[in-house]
Amino acid sequence: MSPLLEVSGVWKSFDEHPVLRGLDLVVEPHQAVVLIGASGSGKSTLLRCINGLESVDAGRIVLDGDVEVSDPRVDLDKVRRRVGIVFQSYNLFPHMTVLDNITLAPRKVVKVGGARAESEAMALLERFGLAAKARDYPDRLSGGQAQRAAIVRALAMQPELMLFDEITSALDPLLVGEVLDAVRDLKSGGLTIVMATHEMGFAREVADRVCFLHDGIVREQGTPEQVFGSPQEPETREFLARVLA
Amino acid sequence: MTMTPPAPGAAVVYKDPVRQALARRTARRNALVGMGSLIGFTVVIALLVSRTPGWPVVQETFFSPEQFADSLPGLLEAFMLNVRIFLIAEPLILVFSLVIALTRTLRAPIFLPLRVLATIYVDVFRGVPTILVIFLLGFGVPALRLQGVPNDPVFWGTAALVLSYSAYVAEVFRAGIGSVHPSQRMAARSLGLSMAQTNRFVVLPQAIRNVVPPLLNDFISLQKDTALVAVLGPIEVLRQAQIDASSTFNYTPYVAAALIFIALTIPMTRFADWVQARMARRQRAGGVA
Repeated sequence: MSPLLEVSGVWKSFDEHPVLRGLDLVVEPHQAVVLIGASGSGKSTLLRCINGLESVDAGRIVLDGDVEVSDPRVDLDKVRRRVGIVFQSYNLFPHMTVLDNITLAPRKVVKVGGARAESEAMALLERFGLAAKARDYPDRLSGGQAQRAAIVRALAMQPELMLFDEITSALDPLLVGEVLDAVRDLKSGGLTIVMATHEMGFAREVADRVCFLHDGIVREQGTPEQVFGSPQEPETREFLARVLA
Repeated sequence: MTMTPPAPGAAVVYKDPVRQALARRTARRNALVGMGSLIGFTVVIALLVSRTPGWPVVQETFFSPEQFADSLPGLLEAFMLNVRIFLIAEPLILVFSLVIALTRTLRAPIFLPLRVLATIYVDVFRGVPTILVIFLLGFGVPALRLQGVPNDPVFWGTAALVLSYSAYVAEVFRAGIGSVHPSQRMAARSLGLSMAQTNRFVVLPQAIRNVVPPLLNDFISLQKDTALVAVLGPIEVLRQAQIDASSTFNYTPYVAAALIFIALTIPMTRFADWVQARMARRQRAGGVA
């Protein structure tokens, strides 16, 4: 069985500033891979490249062994239907109700009928405790509710791979838990997840594999026990000492 | 007589009655002072103007009640033409300018000629005074004597207003499109929406909302500028006022025409203010979305 995601030798720079420097990463189906590392280590850039929101300068990103995301000729809209992403700042559409936010892509991209899209969206909202908020506009939601709504919006496209880009970083500490619960729920449902986070406790609990990014590559990776318990690289030890202090 | 305040922590609204009374007194005093100041100011201005040496003549030539009553019905009838020009021009401007603004945001190389054309159009028509566009179109095109092309000055006057205003309004729309945060576009694309779908469902609705106040401002301006079509000869309100004034050697019809415009633009202006205030309130309540 081929890996769900294979990133090999990916380079990406912004204005002569190299962010990814030949990064390799393999994600097997149903795995939860957690990316840790300092701000600017390339976690967000990597996730955006996987979704095709950024083009890569060199290297390959292959989805499911058949679609090369990094190929400039590939139809990125097709890739994005299979790869969901949730951002730190929610990015809900403020002029639409929560329900319309969620059904927009299924209706317009997959061409699901309105009634079916709504009932599927309502089922998802129910599952994540947001059914009462379906007809509200995003400005009526708390940060935690907004972020769960953003997760539901990505989920409504039934992606094979879900990317989470520091989805709890903008939240009030009291609201982090409810969003992490949602991720836990998805993980136990068998969804393949790549997640960038600063929540080390959560990384240790939910990750099948932890990858420490440093200087634009995966400097060290392994099970949470290996990476958090006995880190091999001095940079990993230094990073962990700082964030766990 | 003092009321006992409710127990601390009680789930009630409690305001100190003494403070409340004081606040009411202050509000009443502020209203009185404002009123008095306004009346005093008006009286002073009226006295100053009416004591100028030329005032009796000005009063007779600009503010003659008889002239006003005589000219008003004719002016109102002529004003219907201004209203018609406005009602025809405005929707055309909205559609045309939105197309221009969208054309300018196209990035695919195949659209380069369209983009260049749209840019030249905006540059030219924003640069040329509206009255010149009206002159050039109104006198120039009929002079070509093309088959099937109308000679009607109202037609060409309206067309000139549409061309001139669309250039401005297109820039308003473009600014609105630019005001939508890039993360909104990114979120839409990440869900698999195409560029066109992203514009249609995510960017434009927010962009248009953001530019409603400046759009209303341009509408008000257009209402006034319908009078520019007078230079081509059709009898709209300004032309009618000219005719009245030159037959009686009295300028009161101009003042009457001005009042007619004001009567239309003031409600529009207040409406624009109200929309703007409401949107500002919403934005404050909105925060990050």
